[in-house]
Amino acid sequence: MRSSYRLALAGAAAACLLAAGCSSSGSSSGSSSSATNWATQTSVSAGGGMNALVAAAKKEGTLNVIALPPTWANYGAILSAFTAKYGIKINSALPDGTSQQEVNAVKTESGTAKAPDVLDVGMAVALANTSLFAPYQVSTWSAIPTAQKESTGLWVQDYGGYMAIGYSSKFGTITSLNDLLKPQFKGAVALNGNPTSANAGLNGVMMASLAEGGSASSIAPGVDFFKKLKAAGNFSPVSATGATIKAGTTPVVFNWDYLNLPSYVGVSNWKVFIPQNAILGGYYAQAINKTAPHPAAARLWEEFLYSQAASGGQNLWLQGGARPVEQLAMANNGSIDKAAAAKLPAVTGTPTFLSASQSTDAADYLAANWAKAVG
Amino acid sequence: MAALTSVGETPAPAEAAGQRGMHGRRRRRLNIFRYVVFTLFGAFFLLPLLAMARFSLEGAKLGTWSVTAWKQIASYQGTGVPPLLSSIEITLELAVITCVVTLALLVPTMIWVRLRVQWLARPMEFLSLLPLTIPAIVLVVGLGPIYNRIQHYELSALMLFWVYVILALPFAYRALAAGLSAIDVETLSEAARSLGASWFTVMFRVIAPNMRQGILNALLLTWALVLGEFTIAFLLLYNNLQAELYSISRNTPNAGVIFSTSTAALLFAFVLLLILSYAGRRRRGRG
Amino acid sequence: MAVAATTQTGARASRPGRRLSVPAWVGTVPFLAYVAVFLLWPTAIVVVDSLKNPNGAWAFANITKLGDPLVRGYFIGSFKLCLLSSVFGAVFGAILAYAVASGNPDGLIRRLYLAISGVLAQFGGVTLAFAFLVLIGPVGLLFHASWFYSFPWGITLIYTYFQIPLMVLVFLPAIDGVKVQWREASENLGASAWQYWRYVGGPLLAPAFLGGTLLLFANALSAFATIQAWENQIAYIVPQQISTALSSEVGLSNVNVADLLALGMVIMVAIVMTGYALLQRRAARWLR
Repeated sequence: MRSSYRLALAGAAAACLLAAGCSSSGSSSGSSSSATNWATQTSVSAGGGMNALVAAAKKEGTLNVIALPPTWANYGAILSAFTAKYGIKINSALPDGTSQQEVNAVKTESGTAKAPDVLDVGMAVALANTSLFAPYQVSTWSAIPTAQKESTGLWVQDYGGYMAIGYSSKFGTITSLNDLLKPQFKGAVALNGNPTSANAGLNGVMMASLAEGGSASSIAPGVDFFKKLKAAGNFSPVSATGATIKAGTTPVVFNWDYLNLPSYVGVSNWKVFIPQNAILGGYYAQAINKTAPHPAAARLWEEFLYSQAASGGQNLWLQGGARPVEQLAMANNGSIDKAAAAKLPAVTGTPTFLSASQSTDAADYLAANWAKAVG
Repeated sequence: MAALTSVGETPAPAEAAGQRGMHGRRRRRLNIFRYVVFTLFGAFFLLPLLAMARFSLEGAKLGTWSVTAWKQIASYQGTGVPPLLSSIEITLELAVITCVVTLALLVPTMIWVRLRVQWLARPMEFLSLLPLTIPAIVLVVGLGPIYNRIQHYELSALMLFWVYVILALPFAYRALAAGLSAIDVETLSEAARSLGASWFTVMFRVIAPNMRQGILNALLLTWALVLGEFTIAFLLLYNNLQAELYSISRNTPNAGVIFSTSTAALLFAFVLLLILSYAGRRRRGRG
Repeated sequence: MAVAATTQTGARASRPGRRLSVPAWVGTVPFLAYVAVFLLWPTAIVVVDSLKNPNGAWAFANITKLGDPLVRGYFIGSFKLCLLSSVFGAVFGAILAYAVASGNPDGLIRRLYLAISGVLAQFGGVTLAFAFLVLIGPVGLLFHASWFYSFPWGITLIYTYFQIPLMVLVFLPAIDGVKVQWREASENLGASAWQYWRYVGGPLLAPAFLGGTLLLFANALSAFATIQAWENQIAYIVPQQISTALSSEVGLSNVNVADLLALGMVIMVAIVMTGYALLQRRAARWLR
């Protein structure tokens, strides 16, 4: 290559870098110049009312969210509805991330304009990282059951569902967990992720544990069940995604009921089964990043998610097959979307919820025994 | 370790003539062996690619055909995430920047070391092999604080080039070293210097043009690496092509677009390499 | 070298105004600085953090955790997968390289296979895993292979898909360098094909072959995307466990453990490289 060539290339590279630098959005956090610093406000009323919040959020203009897959509990519609209503652009990073990755992002990106403003995390991660969150109480605070929120609003549960088994209708109808041990399910049964890593995976094993007669304090019967499944040749380690389900590689999946909707899964002949003696519920929680680059937009997002309006977050989640945390209150005051509520899988019996210590014990047991049982 | 071969380099003609003089029977046996090998390996490589192509032409129901996935390469859009096309764009830009910076960093340094600082040759070889021994998933843990600092100034995914240059180091170094070893650097530089050339002229107007094949090779390997890189972009929360494909695969039931994109990328790279193999210079062997 | 120095002095003498008071190695500073910042410093961070506990205090005892049976299992899994895929990749890659090298040097087949190798050597991840799944998975288009799910065989097959092209790229110049005249000379002296390979060809190619195998081993060791897309419910190898340690949602996330596992990987590669260096020295002795 001639030296003039190389010079030209070097110049082009320098120009590229310069252009990239000049066109960057910069690291301005877009904090409002008005008197209210929304980063420290703990409720809408304390900050000066909803209109002030909306104005401040619009001024910030952007919201950073993370780990919100569009097909997860109707998040796609929620993101679009928020942008349509307030005109605030949403940057959705790492749609397939885990709750821990959300927290990691908060830590490693702290101080930059890219840091996540709001988090939607599993309970284990929420409880372990409250030092990163800002306390905030939404305007519908009283509609949320006390057990499902932290007293100052550091984390608040938002939606949940029950662990279910989704399966292709070519298997007929499953009536009990032990049906899965039959030869027709060879290489067919999959979890949603590694139980030592993914919340949905751990709850899948725990649900099996409850169905096998165990309790929320011991996940061992669940691990034994999967050991039996593996011995029968029915356990598939394949990472279950929409593509593998459609291709028929993973026709049976343990997953949250709102993730086992035919529309999410993408095949029309998909059925859902929840064992009657093993109704394991799990809720996720919202949290606001203490050092969020867009504090007003973050709080407006929370208000939107917990709003009981017909097109508010709670009803949108309901339409996605998840159970919103204000479901009881909304059923009482009639703001719930009745049609969507009727579509939820019917369960009789009381659901079990794992406490923090039960969750930790289960995780520790899995860390020591899961690989041995199914590896 | 052996040098990397380069696409387009052909052995000196003398050896080819020698092969034609081989014993007839052995030649026939060799040919049978070659055809068997090419058929078997060709099938092994081709089948998964055909499966991918087949799935990229998959319709909404299994068993139907449709070119939607191919059209979607340009139009695919997720809610809140940048469209697929923008991640393709970013990755291509990243590839160009990485190639340029890698060459700008390595070529002068390697020629300089070869000419004036020979004692640094061994350490440099060791350093350029280091990225291979330190897995990307390890590197990214240590890169966290550094990228946090970078993100205070620039948020674009183009900043990935800083670490991609390091990833490309082993491959680019090998290719350039092979190119460098094929020319008589000392003689050329002595001749140029005795004619009054400055070191700059020697490096960039005498030696580098003779390394054309090695430089091309390094470019190609770096390019392929950037297009296929996933781990670091994914764990640093950037949206490059592979990370976006992964995300699409996990969140869309009709994920045909990931197959069409991958097939298109592979075809593009393959055609590029094939063309360059004809453009490459025939190596003048030392007999 | 001495001649060049004289020439340099000679050249310098012809430009009386220039004085090179700066030592020559300064020219390598950009490269060294770049590598120091973006490679050596992150590695140092990882190594240092692996010896700390989550509060930031020093915990040299962490090293003993590498001997934990669970952790050892991951390293053994990684080792198995890397060894198998690198050996298979090296052997088959060498055969393919030989077939390519022994043909028309200007021919289409050589160019085709080189282009294919260049493209496939970096191919992996989601699409490769899925392509193999639909080919020989439970509802495979070709056939159903039940062994495909048993570690490490299934994933080894997928790994060889990109290991073989890499070996071809690395090994081909070495085969090109083995002159036909040597083969003919050995035949004239009455050697059989086997004797040729055992005493001439083999020793000549052994260093390059070993070097290629080592490269493949290192390549397989750090591969992560492919196995993550193929199956993610059981962690068989160290990179998967590092990923769990970094991003576990159920409270098992621990950055220091991730760093420790990373340190273990670096140690593993160092051991393998030492073994390689020893083998190289023995192979070089054959050439004497």
